[in-house]
Amino acid sequence: MIDWISDLLFWIVFGSILFFLRGKRIFWTVGALGLLLLFNQFFTPGFFHIQLLDGHLYGSRIDVLNQGAKVMLLSLGMVLVIATGGVDLSVGAVMAIAAAVSSRLLVTEHQPAGVAIAIALVVSVLAGAWNGMLVAGFGIQPIVATLVLMVAGRGVAQLITEGQIINFLDPTMVYLGNGHLFGLPFTLTLVLLMLLLAFFLVRRTALGLFIESVGDNDEASRYSGINARQVKFLVYTFSGLCAGLAGLVACSNIKSADANNIGLYLELDAILAVVVGGTSLQGGRFYLIGAVVGGLFIQTLTTTLYARNVSSDISPVPKALVIIAVCLFQSESFRARLSRSVRPPGRILKPLASRTPQNLSTVTPHDSRES
Amino acid sequence: MATPLLEIIGLTKGFPGVKALDAVDFALQPGEIHALMGENGAGKSTLIKVLTGVFPRDLGESRLEGQLIAPRSPGEAESLGISTVYQEVNLIPHLSVAENICLGRQPTCFGIIRWGAIARRARAALARLDLSLDVSRQLSSYSIAIQQLVAIARALDISAKLLILDEPTSSLDRMEVEELFKKLRKLRDGGLGIIFITHFLDQVYEISDSITVLRNGCRVGCFATKDLPRINLVSHMIGKAVQQVEALEQKRASTASIRSEAPILEARGLGRKGFLQPLDLDVRSGEVVGLAGLLGSGRTETARLLFGVDRPDQGTIRIGYQAVRFNSPRAAIRCGIALTPEDRKVAGIIPNLTVRENIVLALQASRGSWRRLPVAEQEKLADRFIHALDIKTPNREQVIRNLSGGNQQKVLLARWLATEPRLFVLDEPTRGIDVGAKAEVEKLIQSLRQEGLGVLFISSELEEVVRQSQRVVVLRDRRKVDELTEGEISAEAIMHSIATHNLERPAA
Amino acid sequence: MIRVNPKYIPLLATAVVLLAVFGTGSQLYPNFGTPRVLVNLLNDSAFVGVAAVGESFVILSGGIDLSVGSMVAFVGILIAKLLQVGCDPFVAMGIAVSVGTVSGAVMGCLIYFFDLPPFLVTLAGLFCLRGLGFVINPESIGIDHPFYSQVLPQLSILVAPKAVLPFTAMCFLASVIVGTLLASFTRFGRNVYAIGSNENSARLMGLPIGRTKITTYALAGCFSALGGVVATFYMQSGNPASFVGLELDAIASVVIGGTLLTGGVGFIPGTLMGVLILGLIQQIIIFNGTLNSWWTKIVIGALLLVFIVLQKLISHRGERGAIAGR
Repeated sequence: MIDWISDLLFWIVFGSILFFLRGKRIFWTVGALGLLLLFNQFFTPGFFHIQLLDGHLYGSRIDVLNQGAKVMLLSLGMVLVIATGGVDLSVGAVMAIAAAVSSRLLVTEHQPAGVAIAIALVVSVLAGAWNGMLVAGFGIQPIVATLVLMVAGRGVAQLITEGQIINFLDPTMVYLGNGHLFGLPFTLTLVLLMLLLAFFLVRRTALGLFIESVGDNDEASRYSGINARQVKFLVYTFSGLCAGLAGLVACSNIKSADANNIGLYLELDAILAVVVGGTSLQGGRFYLIGAVVGGLFIQTLTTTLYARNVSSDISPVPKALVIIAVCLFQSESFRARLSRSVRPPGRILKPLASRTPQNLSTVTPHDSRES
Repeated sequence: MATPLLEIIGLTKGFPGVKALDAVDFALQPGEIHALMGENGAGKSTLIKVLTGVFPRDLGESRLEGQLIAPRSPGEAESLGISTVYQEVNLIPHLSVAENICLGRQPTCFGIIRWGAIARRARAALARLDLSLDVSRQLSSYSIAIQQLVAIARALDISAKLLILDEPTSSLDRMEVEELFKKLRKLRDGGLGIIFITHFLDQVYEISDSITVLRNGCRVGCFATKDLPRINLVSHMIGKAVQQVEALEQKRASTASIRSEAPILEARGLGRKGFLQPLDLDVRSGEVVGLAGLLGSGRTETARLLFGVDRPDQGTIRIGYQAVRFNSPRAAIRCGIALTPEDRKVAGIIPNLTVRENIVLALQASRGSWRRLPVAEQEKLADRFIHALDIKTPNREQVIRNLSGGNQQKVLLARWLATEPRLFVLDEPTRGIDVGAKAEVEKLIQSLRQEGLGVLFISSELEEVVRQSQRVVVLRDRRKVDELTEGEISAEAIMHSIATHNLERPAA
Repeated sequence: MIRVNPKYIPLLATAVVLLAVFGTGSQLYPNFGTPRVLVNLLNDSAFVGVAAVGESFVILSGGIDLSVGSMVAFVGILIAKLLQVGCDPFVAMGIAVSVGTVSGAVMGCLIYFFDLPPFLVTLAGLFCLRGLGFVINPESIGIDHPFYSQVLPQLSILVAPKAVLPFTAMCFLASVIVGTLLASFTRFGRNVYAIGSNENSARLMGLPIGRTKITTYALAGCFSALGGVVATFYMQSGNPASFVGLELDAIASVVIGGTLLTGGVGFIPGTLMGVLILGLIQQIIIFNGTLNSWWTKIVIGALLLVFIVLQKLISHRGERGAIAGR
């Protein structure tokens, strides 16, 4: 009896949020999440079941919030990087580094948890700054620049842990990933705090405007006097910080630092979360909350599959389909073809590029421009 | 009359909102170098693209050696005998010269490429141009001039009837142009037909046999070069008959000496190799200096050098009395310079941001990333300019790409006005905007003058320049050829300067 | 001073690094320079190497393929399963390679016709194939087939006393040879270079962009699948959870081998050298005994960085040269 009242309450709140968001880009992300949850409401018994034990809430939806924290944290950093037109492939490796540093300090060097956490975060910020220097300072392509740390980073993490999996029991560290605050997982608080930090960083300063400007039209931004280098450097540094925090949560979850596996493939999840959240891979307008909801969506997908006894090993397949679907949806080519598909089908597969004037850059710059 | 090599009759092509070509006729004889000229929006490149199949045509027909043709792609046009070489030398920089010449048509033996044959073929193609190169070297290791010749060699190797050269000399120096012309003459004498698109007046008179002028998508006329006086050519391109000029000249803006002697800009010997020949330029407080010249004469290049977008390799710039060096637009902005660039799509508007955001952008950039302008102030600023410039937008949060060109331009002007600059460089501020908006922009320029700003006004429309400026600097072919002061300024005088002033070449 | 064609500079750099690494190894460990070690090296790197050849083509064309590791694992478990249910090994291998080629072609079509970013499309491929591997069988399956246990070991050649070149290494070398032939001696290969260097120019020159791009990804899928086949020779089993991160090794090999990640520049033999460098570094670390395996990743990352910066400097100078001509 209690169950369906709380479910109804949930849907009323969710529905009103959705209604409130109509007309905005984030509507689609939240809507997609809603569809998934709806599916579970009807087809996955027990999914919406919540119980209160020892003052803590438990249930599948709570699991989603808890497990999804890592991706949500990563996506907060990734969304800013993608907004500038770049990408950060190294976040998984930086997670491993942060986990390794904190565990090592905690267990081998017997440092207090506060020190271990602080230093781990400093190291991850430095890793982000490294990426920022390569991209903004040297002008190296982001995929290439962050690939270096993606490859070497795990090696560095293993170096720090000396190949061991370091286990710890320190209550503070354990609390990070497993504790509860006000009945809800502490990780949720962390996500909200980072969201708040990100919000102040980009929306309460001019940085957000500059990020969107640089991603939308780099050249015009420079003409307007924006210091594009500084902007790019900062976003990669912030991404490093987010990755560090995510790494701490990850190792706290399993109460150990496994440099090999922590954060594996999570950079890809983060990119997916950002894209599902409405931010385009080309850069420009970005959506902080969208990225977080996107992370939630991905985690819900994973949890849904798990709840339906689909092995977690197979869950990447639906993720793949989601990527393709989102990409197609964002692709102008696809939308154009879709609208043309009511006409003779023979021409659908001809590439659009050769038809539209803009694609042929035989137009010469400055004075020689012609229409 | 022999059959023309190429004959185009009544070619018409429209795009949404604009008619790029309107019943254009064109004829080219074999063994002729035919220049195709026209200002911005004239339709030169559209004509070529329709001819070679890049765009489909709406109406009209083309005949090659009397046969009706309708190629549907550049590849088809090439196999028919029409090849185009574009200004950016559309070849593959990382491949060798030989490969570039034979790419897509490499001689093979059971699918395996015969490299020896490629080298031989490439050398033979280059020999047609009296050129002998190490064909195994990477294309990008050669100068642009040589790369262009390689592109021509490729074009000839594929087909040998008609060669179209689109702005081939923009990146070449004097000697390289000479070399190119020598080869073109040889090819012409061998029976090749050449269409030569350019905006360099001197070169047209040097190399071409005939000239066709387009304006606003229509053909103005076809003339034999030796029979066409330069001033007539200029007037055809600009669209003002020489005799009618006085009648069309409108009332000039008040030239009352508002200006003080305080110089805002003093550029001496400012230049960059291959880009702009060294020139001197002054702008004083309360003065509008017009920069006049045909397309490609170096006006935008001057603006870019002044704003720090490109770096000069000679000369000095003083702002106020201070010598400055600009590494980037940020440095120029800090000295109080503002620039609305020629191409607002590429270098101007941030398309997906709102009107308000676009307006406050430069001002915010000068404050840095951390001290954000409070939203209320941003809104007030945006509203102020929306009102002052009469920007037609439903509200300030409208995404700027939905606005018309004229209103986008106004937003850009607002952006820079908000920074309260000392020197305002306007590069084609009225291009592509409606008459009403144009008048408002001109009013704005005069009010800036009143406030003591210096304005450098670049425009292709002579009447505008004449109306607004107290002094006019005339450019041609990337160098300054004349400077007209108060009493001398008139559309006719400017046209004369463009056409004939300083014809003797200074030592390169 | 010998005049060197500038386009070979990155390749020479790779060769220098290869010799340096090999030299270091030989200096440090007396048994390093033996043919036996070299042959082992080829054997151990065979499946990466074959996959890297396919990856080279994709990167040369200006794209990227992230699905390599998943493909190798997928093919492995597919073959193991097929053999388990009694399929003939050649048929199994044929099916595997066909599946690889088709999936590559599908990715190529999505990339070309809908203008989707290769990074994301092959990422989807990575996820899809990884998951499908587990659908075929959730756990690893050992291969117990006479072809593998009896025929295969006999297909090796004695190249030096105590050095037997196994079949896997021969496959690797054969892939490199085929790849080199395709890249340097066919129109398709030259088109790949052209598209990677400047796609717009290639289009204006009339080259078949669509055909070339789709074939490139199909080829990469084919080589990845072949890599999977070779992996089954090497591991004698199929495991859906294996080879995570293999694509990174392939990409690193390609970049260290002198190929520009932006495309248009590079050689297949360079990739061979890149794979060998990676393998040698691993060998040195194993020989050392005190250094641990993670140093491999760090050194490779550092090498990658050096090559990337080198590439940036070279291309920067190239641009300056072109502009000076203006």
